[in-house]
Amino acid sequence: METHEEKPIIYTMENKPIVTYAGDQTLFTALYTSLTQQLPREPMEWRRSYGRAPKMIYLEANFVQFKEELLPKEGNKALLTFPFLHIYWTDCCDTEVYKASVKEDMQRWQGVLRLHGSADWLIVVVENDNKKKNKTNILPRTSILDKIRNDFCNKQSDRCVSLSEPLKESSRSQESWSSFLTKLRTLLLMSFTRNLGRFEDDMRTLREKRTEPGWSFCDYFMVQEELAFVFEMLQQFEDALVQYDELDALFTQYVLNFGAGDGANWLCSFCQPVRSWNGLLLRRPIDMEKRDLIQRGDASLLDLRSYLFSRQCTLLIFLQRPWEVTARALELLHTCVQELRLLEVSVVCGALDCWVFLSCLEVLHRIEGCCERSQLEANYSHTVGLWTYATEKLKALGDLCGLVSENGPNSEDLNRTVDLLAGLGAERPETAQSLQSPYKKLKEALSSVEAFEKHYLELSHAAMEMYRAIGRLRSARLVGKSLAEFYMRKGDPQSAELFLLDSLKSFVSESWSLPLTHTRRQIAECQKQLQKMDEYLQTSALLASDTNLSHEERKHFCQEILTFASQPEGKGQAKVSLSMSSLGVLQELIFCPASAVVHVGAELQMELHVCSLQPLPVCVQQFSAALHFSTDPPGTHRRSAQQASGSVVFPALSPVSVSPALELCEVTELSPSDSALSSAGVACKNTHLLMRRPDSATSLQTGGTAATSALEEAEHMLRATDITLQPGHNTISFSAPSQKPGTYTLRQLCATLGRVQFVLPHLYPVVQYEVYSQEPQLSIQPLTECLLAGLPQQVQFCIQTGHYSVKKGDALQLSNTDSMPVLHTHTCSARIRNSSGDVVCESALSIQSSEKVTSISLPATPAYHTLEFQLEVLCRIPACPAAARVESERLTNGQISHRARSRTRYSSGTAIIDQKVSIDCPWSIYSTLVSLTFHVPFKVKHSLLTAGRRKFVQVCLQNVSDTNFRLTNQTLTENQDTPSLELLSLNTKTHCVVFSQQCVFSVWELRWSDAPPVSLQCVFSASFAPADAPDTHLKPYTHQFSLERVSTVYSVRADISPAAGDGECRCGSLCRLEVSITRLTEHTDAERSDEEYSDTDGLRTCRLLYEVMDNSSNWAVCGKSSGVVSMPTAAMATHKVQMEIMPLFAGSLPFPSIRLFRYLPHQANASVQPDSDSCVESDSVSVVERGVEECDSASVRSRSSVCSSSDGPRGLPMPRRQALGPAQVFSSTQSRQVRVLPAADHHQLEINVT
Amino acid sequence: MAVCIAVIAKENYPLYIRSVPTQGELKFHYTVHTSLDVVEEKISGVGKALADQRELYLGLLYPTEDYKVYGYVTNSKVKFVIVVDSSNTSLRDNEIRSMFRKLHNSFTDVMCNPFYNPGDPIQSKAFDGIVSAMMVQAS
Repeated sequence: METHEEKPIIYTMENKPIVTYAGDQTLFTALYTSLTQQLPREPMEWRRSYGRAPKMIYLEANFVQFKEELLPKEGNKALLTFPFLHIYWTDCCDTEVYKASVKEDMQRWQGVLRLHGSADWLIVVVENDNKKKNKTNILPRTSILDKIRNDFCNKQSDRCVSLSEPLKESSRSQESWSSFLTKLRTLLLMSFTRNLGRFEDDMRTLREKRTEPGWSFCDYFMVQEELAFVFEMLQQFEDALVQYDELDALFTQYVLNFGAGDGANWLCSFCQPVRSWNGLLLRRPIDMEKRDLIQRGDASLLDLRSYLFSRQCTLLIFLQRPWEVTARALELLHTCVQELRLLEVSVVCGALDCWVFLSCLEVLHRIEGCCERSQLEANYSHTVGLWTYATEKLKALGDLCGLVSENGPNSEDLNRTVDLLAGLGAERPETAQSLQSPYKKLKEALSSVEAFEKHYLELSHAAMEMYRAIGRLRSARLVGKSLAEFYMRKGDPQSAELFLLDSLKSFVSESWSLPLTHTRRQIAECQKQLQKMDEYLQTSALLASDTNLSHEERKHFCQEILTFASQPEGKGQAKVSLSMSSLGVLQELIFCPASAVVHVGAELQMELHVCSLQPLPVCVQQFSAALHFSTDPPGTHRRSAQQASGSVVFPALSPVSVSPALELCEVTELSPSDSALSSAGVACKNTHLLMRRPDSATSLQTGGTAATSALEEAEHMLRATDITLQPGHNTISFSAPSQKPGTYTLRQLCATLGRVQFVLPHLYPVVQYEVYSQEPQLSIQPLTECLLAGLPQQVQFCIQTGHYSVKKGDALQLSNTDSMPVLHTHTCSARIRNSSGDVVCESALSIQSSEKVTSISLPATPAYHTLEFQLEVLCRIPACPAAARVESERLTNGQISHRARSRTRYSSGTAIIDQKVSIDCPWSIYSTLVSLTFHVPFKVKHSLLTAGRRKFVQVCLQNVSDTNFRLTNQTLTENQDTPSLELLSLNTKTHCVVFSQQCVFSVWELRWSDAPPVSLQCVFSASFAPADAPDTHLKPYTHQFSLERVSTVYSVRADISPAAGDGECRCGSLCRLEVSITRLTEHTDAERSDEEYSDTDGLRTCRLLYEVMDNSSNWAVCGKSSGVVSMPTAAMATHKVQMEIMPLFAGSLPFPSIRLFRYLPHQANASVQPDSDSCVESDSVSVVERGVEECDSASVRSRSSVCSSSDGPRGLPMPRRQALGPAQVFSSTQSRQVRVLPAADHHQLEINVT
Repeated sequence: MAVCIAVIAKENYPLYIRSVPTQGELKFHYTVHTSLDVVEEKISGVGKALADQRELYLGLLYPTEDYKVYGYVTNSKVKFVIVVDSSNTSLRDNEIRSMFRKLHNSFTDVMCNPFYNPGDPIQSKAFDGIVSAMMVQAS
């Protein structure tokens, strides 16, 4: 704290409350030192009025000898010089002396005090033992004190205290001191409270009068400041500050009211023109010059504000709140500028800038003066505002005084400078000696261009560094930007560009388009001046596409590019690469054909929709796209972005700072061992874009302004030449190269205009097309749902030419087969389709047929086309479908096909013929085998029916196709010309229609006159045609079958008669079953082979096994149900068997069935012949079934037991039974029924109807 | 009242910015952009000390000679900035607060619009109307 010697001591901060002393001067002098030392040692609680919080306060005092002049006169508001306490000191212990002089002196002292209305006094009686001892006529020491109390303190006995032996080191002395000091402090505080309270009341009264005319703010200011001084004196800086803040607020309010039209008279003095702008002065605790001005009412607004702030500043620094100073300073400077404007005070142009500049620096110096460096660095955020403000103001001054221009100041500028410097006045004495001061700085800066530049740069850099240090990058860049503007005006674009590029960064990264445009335009100017052509063109391109600029400006920048582009290209000069994004925006790419898959050599068109951002039509000499070629098999790449319509839509540009959208795709992983799903998940494909560090992201984006990456050299290119891009929408067509099969991926786009290239280094999303190569293929397809055998059918030949182009004269050679001839049709035409399925042309086919080969000469067909024609073929139905023909036929090419050319299969009741066609194609040396499937439309079943000796053949023809057929001329013929055999048709209709899935039955009676035929080879034939076709389309259908053992050998007859005595059969009672077997024919030679005969008793017999079976469990056979009988071979020999059976139900019951078998005893060892019955009933009876091979034919399968010979134990000799042919046994009781009554004693009637 | 009102996305790009037409639009863009420095400073400071207080109003960001810049930040870190002319002394803190509250309400309505794509510039007429009202209300 600097002390100012010239000024009255009371105005320094050494101020202490004044306490006067009177009485014994020497006594006081002796005690003075310890008194001043001990008084502030302990704090005292100060309770205050108006509800203010009590405070602990350390008291100090300035002891002054009592003089009457010290006492304030009426109306004097000075508080600092106000004596708060008056003390009278005496060490008198002698009553005489007291009465003689001391009392009188005291009374005089009291009189003066009373006259001035001062009630704050104290009488101190000091007691010394030394003195006491010397005196003999001593009164008790209390008496003096009492006397004084009696004389002076009427009711305030506490106003008189004693201090015993103050100069001795004893406990008593200390106690005495302590109580004395407490008293002193208490009384002082009481005095403060009382006097300050009174003062405050007066002050308030004065303030309330402020609406009265004649009230002066300056006067009031002085009064309230007095209070502030006292608080400051009492070290109550907070309270002192409050006083100033109140004054500040009051003044501000008046100014505002003035602005609102409510002007106070006293304000006029502040409206006088500003003549001095020498800034704040913060180095003195109190600026007396300014204070005097205020006191005199001569202060300008700046003076008042400056003074007020300097006081606030001082107090704040006392309060250790330097950062509040800076904040308040900035606010003050802003306020002052505003207030001057509001009050319409006339100020010399630039004067305020000077004042602000000086003030800023002064505040900063002040703060620097009281803070440590580290502390300052930690609080840049508080000071940087002032730095920036100072920088701005200096710049404004520089502009004003012509210090920024390239030519330096002119005379007018110089005059202005002189005026401004005049207003600064002389430098203040405090700083006159120091090397650096705001005053010197300003003066120097205004003196010359160079000095200005030095100071301005210094300030700017300081501000920028501080901003950077506290992380306020945007603010730092803004300062940098204004620095760049300065450099530009100074004609130093190089330095300017650095700062501009830096500040561009944050605008780009946060996509603030307007500042971005503005900055970019400045950069363009720099770059133009620096002749950085590449960068300038890049920036120009961006600006030309910037919609924030006016159309004229955009045109200008566009023209700049066009002009450069049209200049002749220098040798060795590379083309200038610019970013495509400034030229235009890709919108859509459309493939034609839409699949983007073409065959080799085919045409693929690509249409690129570009929205040009340039304001002028741009003539692009070449628009090219580099293709990446890979021979990967087609389909390995996923083209997710390509839509079915063949278009790829490029995403619109989003604000750059927004991270791109997640591109998610499903990921499934199959375990290699069992191809089961082992994991499934979602993966993000563009993590590299999303996970970028923010700083690298910005550098990547600003890369748009820097040179773009070099154009890739590519083997394959898409090219379009001489395109004029109009502003807005444009369409560019490319025809894509397709010479090699593989996958082509669009990588880079490049638009070339003379010396300039616009390059898009990466195309997103991925755009691909595929080129494939294909082998020629021949296929034959039925035209109908299924091909029917036996009828002419249309089949379609389809040749996909692939890479082979069919020349004139090329022919297909079909090797003929008997089973499927190719039918000639006179009008046979072929259609040629291109790869997209459109019919290109139609031409006639010529078909030539020789014995072996049918040759179809093809029309000339280009590659990757489809040739289609139809042929009619007929697949003959094999006469006997039961036996597949396996034959090897010679093919036309001389090879022997060992496989069947046609093969008949059965599926779901339909006979299917697989017909192989061997075709020689011109493009291959190998024959092509094509299989055609034909369905046989009919299924035929035949059966031999017997009625006694008469025989009938029934043929059942079922239509298994979906077509309705007409059927005529059904005939049955016998192949072998058996004599005397006659086939008598019993059919009435010759024509009939067979609907789909329906049957037609036809019956013939077999008649013969002589020996019955052993076997018959029959052929059923009929003509058929589709139901709606004319007769000429009738096609034959034949069915061969054979009948064996036609004649009836045995007739079986059964009779059921009730038990004796009963009229009817009854349920539950035994009945008699009589079976009679009659041989109808004589033994013939034909039978010899399969019958076993035995000659017993000279009679030829054959053994028969009969079996009574009742499958429906109507009967219970009692006893043996089967047996072996020996039948004579003579005609009409009869054998009867009787057995007992019991009906199990009542009603009309069918007869049990009786079956006959030929019984073959074991021949090898006849002696070991087991009981035939047991043998037959056992499971091991083996059955030899004849005619098993006929099972597929229409012959009736003999019903026999399920045992097969292989099941039987081989080693054991067993009798066997052999089934008789179905026609050989005639059962005359078949399907006869017998009536069975219910049991007589049954209460319930139980009837079973079958 | 206000001379410039801006809504700034979490990523610090402007969603909406409008200023009185009489004064340079560019200047306000610079001012608002620079004010983000202080906003960020305050947000990070608030995060430590006053996280639980949920005070969205950031107060005076910084004064300049001509303007006062006030800030407000939503819970989703969208920033509102209101620039007021310094000479307009009738505006109290409370009025600024209520302006911000109004702005926030309107902004919430914009966000609730199912056709609004969050992150796009705000083009709502209703929002525009609210902003206009705040700017017109000049005393």
